[in-house]
Amino acid sequence: MAQNGTRAAKTGNEVFAEAMRQINPDVVAAYPITPATEIVQIFSQFVADGLVKTEFLPAESEHSAMSACIGASACGVRAMTATSSQGLALMWEMLYIAAGLRLPIVMAVVNRALSAPINIHCDHSDTMGARDSGWIQIFSENVQESYDNLIQAVRIAEHPEVCLPVMATTDGFILSHCLETLELLTDSQVQEFVGPVPARENLLASLEANKPITIGALDLQDYYFEHRRQVAEAMSKSLPVIRQVGQQFGELFGRSYGFVEPYQLDDAEVAVVVMGSTTGTCREVVDKLRASGKKAGLLKIRVFRPFPVEEIIQFLSPIKVVGIMDRADSLNAVSGPLYPEVCTALYDCPSHPLTVDFIYGLGGRDVPPGDIENIFTDLFSLLSTGKKNFTVKYVGVRE
Amino acid sequence: MPTLKELANRPERFVSGHRLCPGCGAGIVARQVMLAITKPAVVGCATGCLEVSSTIFPYSAWKTPWIHSAFENVAATISGAVVAYQALKKQGKISQDAVFVAFGGDGGTYDIGLQSLSGAAERNHRMLYVCYDNQAYMNTGIQRSSATPFGAHTTTTPAGKVIPGKMQFSKDLPSIMVAHEVPYVATAIPGRWNDLVSKVEKAVTCGGFAFLDVLSPCRLGWPHDPALTMEITRLAADTCFWPLYEVVEGKYRLTYRPKEKKPITEWLKLQRRFSNLLKPENSGLLEQLQKSVDTRWERLLKKCESS
Repeated sequence: MAQNGTRAAKTGNEVFAEAMRQINPDVVAAYPITPATEIVQIFSQFVADGLVKTEFLPAESEHSAMSACIGASACGVRAMTATSSQGLALMWEMLYIAAGLRLPIVMAVVNRALSAPINIHCDHSDTMGARDSGWIQIFSENVQESYDNLIQAVRIAEHPEVCLPVMATTDGFILSHCLETLELLTDSQVQEFVGPVPARENLLASLEANKPITIGALDLQDYYFEHRRQVAEAMSKSLPVIRQVGQQFGELFGRSYGFVEPYQLDDAEVAVVVMGSTTGTCREVVDKLRASGKKAGLLKIRVFRPFPVEEIIQFLSPIKVVGIMDRADSLNAVSGPLYPEVCTALYDCPSHPLTVDFIYGLGGRDVPPGDIENIFTDLFSLLSTGKKNFTVKYVGVRE
Repeated sequence: MPTLKELANRPERFVSGHRLCPGCGAGIVARQVMLAITKPAVVGCATGCLEVSSTIFPYSAWKTPWIHSAFENVAATISGAVVAYQALKKQGKISQDAVFVAFGGDGGTYDIGLQSLSGAAERNHRMLYVCYDNQAYMNTGIQRSSATPFGAHTTTTPAGKVIPGKMQFSKDLPSIMVAHEVPYVATAIPGRWNDLVSKVEKAVTCGGFAFLDVLSPCRLGWPHDPALTMEITRLAADTCFWPLYEVVEGKYRLTYRPKEKKPITEWLKLQRRFSNLLKPENSGLLEQLQKSVDTRWERLLKKCESS
């Protein structure tokens, strides 16, 4: 294992900015938004102090920030941005275009609720809205993972077999503004890990070679479908790349990453599926239940796009009752967005686990261990009756 | 300033084979702009007629690196390309001295793209933004824009029994761009190619953000005899509806002064979108339009005199 950097106490936003400094991208185009503002603010200081080679473009909106990242990335450079909530929503049109044009832009996203009512605190509604945009999505449980994920995102995005944009997310305020200790890598470790920008077809290379290319042409009935099919193929091909990058990161720095992270699942009878910072609370509750002899476990989903069906089946098919925890609502009169995805993955399993959905923590509503305990109580009750008497429950809300 | 012969001998970077209508102003504008630029150029287009007609996959009319991302953001997209180029220049990774050009219609420029245009202008990126201004959303089928003249019929300001056409005057976008204090702002028409070409030359060497508003007839939307495209643009200048001027570092200068200021009807009568305005019962409306043209012309002359 290589010599690692120092241990430090930093917030989620600070480590995103620090990772960006160490990645040292050619272009950063961004627009501030709570709770992601600090990322760009801190990074601006790095630019002002000459600590990075980055050309910083302070755009006049998130839509333009993403558009500028698209223009920059189409020139073959490494382009990054950061946003949250309404900012991501304003980028929505351009998210699809970044992916469709196969531009490996990397974005730090601080998860925050969507208006209305306006709310600045954490839930996953913002990135869930972008789930079909063609962006790879990596969720973080803590500040260390936020840092590690953003660094890995560069390698994943730029892999020639992938060439898709990646967002690494962190929970608004819960992680973005809370100090945690983490292990930072040295600048040279990060630089070596991300490596130089791999060559790919781009506007400026075509200018230099005097072989001009057209990017973003009009695709009608006879080509659009094939090109979208290629985007789908790239998303499939990102699966082994994400695995390799996570493994290599572990070999070099001692922290390995996969698509999911099981906890106490080996002999578990019931389990929750969870993403982001609530995983930590769930771990505590699982420990408590285990101490009282109850076979509880959890599966953390780290990579939401591409959706890790294989791992979901591997870890959840032996479980009798699975509670899916959704920090967003699909408002479809059925469930949150994670629930149907997990159910679909499990549908063909002969064991056919019983699945229910729990929508929790919208708008930053606190998720105390008691709420998670109640979820497990429901799951154990379903285990004993074997009968599904509800599909979705809203947790911690005044009804 | 090159001669016409010299221009004609320059390598074409916007080539024939595109699917713009016969008599369309946009293609002529794109060709003249690209002929005026001698350096390598990266071009972006906003969604619109020029974009959809020139890059139908797997074909492209652009013999220069070209990008389209969306409708309202060509200024932002090219901003990103400019800073990427600056980054690579600083790192010594690119040898060419390139210029950056954004094309947008009046929809993508005056209206939905105004924010990204303003952002790019305020940041003063070294780029030329060309608005091919055909005064309505022609690509979606002739809907009004804020560039549509008073009294014009469009499909969203139809001349009806109660409302006679568009009841608002066009936005004075060049003034908005001048207010950004960018180094170069100008108006142009394809019908005066030498004026347009010399403005493009100044624009790409001004050292910052340059904005060119080019009147671009739409034979389907105005509609007019496609053989008269160039003539119609010259009449727009001769009636002072579309004065030709430039604003260099805030200083106004007329680049063409008509020998005789023709009445606006000379321009209107060649376009069916104004037929309602020319009916005797609408003489009051016509008067209002003429008055607006006169006021704007006088105001421009004062700005030129005081510059």
